[in-house]
Amino acid sequence: MIYSEKVMDHFTNPRNVGEIADADGVGEVGNAKCGDIMKMYLKIEGDVIRDVKFKTFGCGAAIATSSMATELIKGKTIDEALKLTNKAVVEALEGLPPAKLHCSVLAEQAMKSAIADYYKRQGVDPTLIVGDIGNCEECHGCH
Amino acid sequence: MDKKFIYCDNAATTKVSKNVLEAALPYFTEEYGNASSIYMFGQNAAKALLKARETVAKAIGAKQHEIFFTSGGSESDNWAIKGMALNGAKLGKKHIITSVFEHHAVLHTCEFLEKQGYEVTYIPVDEKGLVNPEDVKNAIREDTCLVTIMFANNEIGTIQPIKEIGDICKEKKVVFHTDAVQAIGNVEIDVKALNIDMLSLSGHKIHAPKGVGALYVRGGISLPNLIHGGAQEKNKRAGTENLPGIVGLAQAISDATQNIKEKQEKISKLRDRLIDGILKIQETRLNGDREKRLCGNVNISIRGVEGESLLLMLDMFGILASSGSACTSGSLDPSHVLLAIGLPHEIAHGSLRLSISEETTDEDVDYILETIPKVVDRLRSMSPLWERICKNEGITGTI
Repeated sequence: MIYSEKVMDHFTNPRNVGEIADADGVGEVGNAKCGDIMKMYLKIEGDVIRDVKFKTFGCGAAIATSSMATELIKGKTIDEALKLTNKAVVEALEGLPPAKLHCSVLAEQAMKSAIADYYKRQGVDPTLIVGDIGNCEECHGCH
Repeated sequence: MDKKFIYCDNAATTKVSKNVLEAALPYFTEEYGNASSIYMFGQNAAKALLKARETVAKAIGAKQHEIFFTSGGSESDNWAIKGMALNGAKLGKKHIITSVFEHHAVLHTCEFLEKQGYEVTYIPVDEKGLVNPEDVKNAIREDTCLVTIMFANNEIGTIQPIKEIGDICKEKKVVFHTDAVQAIGNVEIDVKALNIDMLSLSGHKIHAPKGVGALYVRGGISLPNLIHGGAQEKNKRAGTENLPGIVGLAQAISDATQNIKEKQEKISKLRDRLIDGILKIQETRLNGDREKRLCGNVNISIRGVEGESLLLMLDMFGILASSGSACTSGSLDPSHVLLAIGLPHEIAHGSLRLSISEETTDEDVDYILETIPKVVDRLRSMSPLWERICKNEGITGTI
C-alpha cells in the first residue's frame, strides 16, 4: 500500500489539528472498535465556517483526510461545505488506496455531523438541511 | 545528521548476512549446474546440496534424509498439513488439532481442509499467549491425524510448551508438526528430544535469502507430494533445487544455531530495556508472556493511538517496526493473535511490534526510547479516543 505525497504531507503536517473551546458545532463519527474516530469542531459566523479544527484517532489516511477536509471547508459557507463529497477529499489528496476510501467517507460524515450539531443548537432540525449523514455502524467492516 | 535507519522488523524478514551471501554467490555464476545432471559439473551441485542438507539436519538434531528443501515456511506448512490430511483420510482420520493464533499459512490451510470435509479443533491460548498442553491432550481423538502447534508466535514471540506437546503426541501416537519459522536460530531445537515429527523453517528470518526453507519429516513418515513433477528431493518435491538459496540457508542456519545462548543473552538485554522503557509510557501493556518469549520480540499496546499512524510516524524518525492494527493487517479486523489473547479491538489496534536482531545496538535502543514517547505524545494529543479515555478514567497528560 502506497500513500500519495499529498497524503503523507497531510499526515506529517496535519492542518487544523486541535479543538475549539467555544465551538458552534461539534461532530464525532467512527468508533474505537473499527480503529478510527474523527471529531470536528466548527466556528460559524453568519453562514460562514470561520474556523475548523479536528482530532482524529486512526491510520495515516484517517488523519490526512480529516486534515484535507478541514482545509476544504475553512472559510466556505455551510452550503458550500455541504456540497463537499468524500470523492473531492480523495481527489484533493491525489488518491487513496482502495482499502482506505472509507476514511474519506468518515471525513465527510464528521463534517456533516458537526454542521448538524450546529443546526441542532440553533433549534433547527438538521435532517432537511444536512440530509442523511450515514454512520460508521452501517459499514460492514466491523460486523 | 544522517537520517536514521533502525530496522526493528526482523520477524518480518532479515538482511542477508555477509557470510550467507558469500556462501551463496558462487552458485549463481560459477557452480550453476543442475544437481540432477550426470556430468561432474552437475555433480558438484549435487554435492553442495547434500552438504547443505546435512548442515540443516545437524542444526535441529535430524538426519539428512529427513530434510526436504522448499520455497519457505508457507510451503512447508502447507505440505505438512495437507500431506498428513491426505494420509489421515486413507485411515478414516479426518481430525486436525491446531491453535487459534497460528500463522495464516497454518490457519488458512486448516480452513481450506475444513471445506474439504475435515474437522479442525482450534485450541485457545491464555492471556499470556501460551497453549496449555492439557488442552491438546484433551482434544486428541481416535480420528486425529495431526497436531500442528507453532513453536513461537510471530507477533507476540511467546514460546510454546513444545516438549510437553511432543510428549503427549508421542504417547497418543499422533503426528506432531510445528511451525518453527520464528523459533529457529533463536531457541535451541532438537527434534528428537522434543518429539517433533515435522518442523517447518524458513531462510529469510535468519539472514538467508527469501524463497527458501525446509520441512523436516521424521523418518518413517511418508508424506504425499504437494508439488508433483521431477524426481528432486527424493521424488517428494519437484522443481530444480534453488541451490544458491539452499546453500545460503545452510550457512544461515549453521551461523544462527552456533551461539544461541550468547545471542539470547545479548539480544534479550536490549529487548528488556526496550520493554521496560516503553512501558514507562502510561496506559501501555506488554503483549505475551514476559519470560517465555523470543529474545528479540517486543509487542506492546499503547492505548489511544492507532498502529498504522504510529508506524508511519516512527518511519519518519527512521525506526522500522510493525503493528497488529487492522490497517496494517490488510483486513478489517486487528490481528487474530492479539484478539486471541483477549485484547479488545481498540487496544489491539494500538499495538507495536519491534523485532530486534544481533545488529541492534545500545545506541539504537536509546534512540528508540527517546523517539517513541515523542511520537505517542503527538498522536495522543490529536486523538479523540485518548481524550475520552483521560476524561473517563481521570488520566492527565499524554505520556
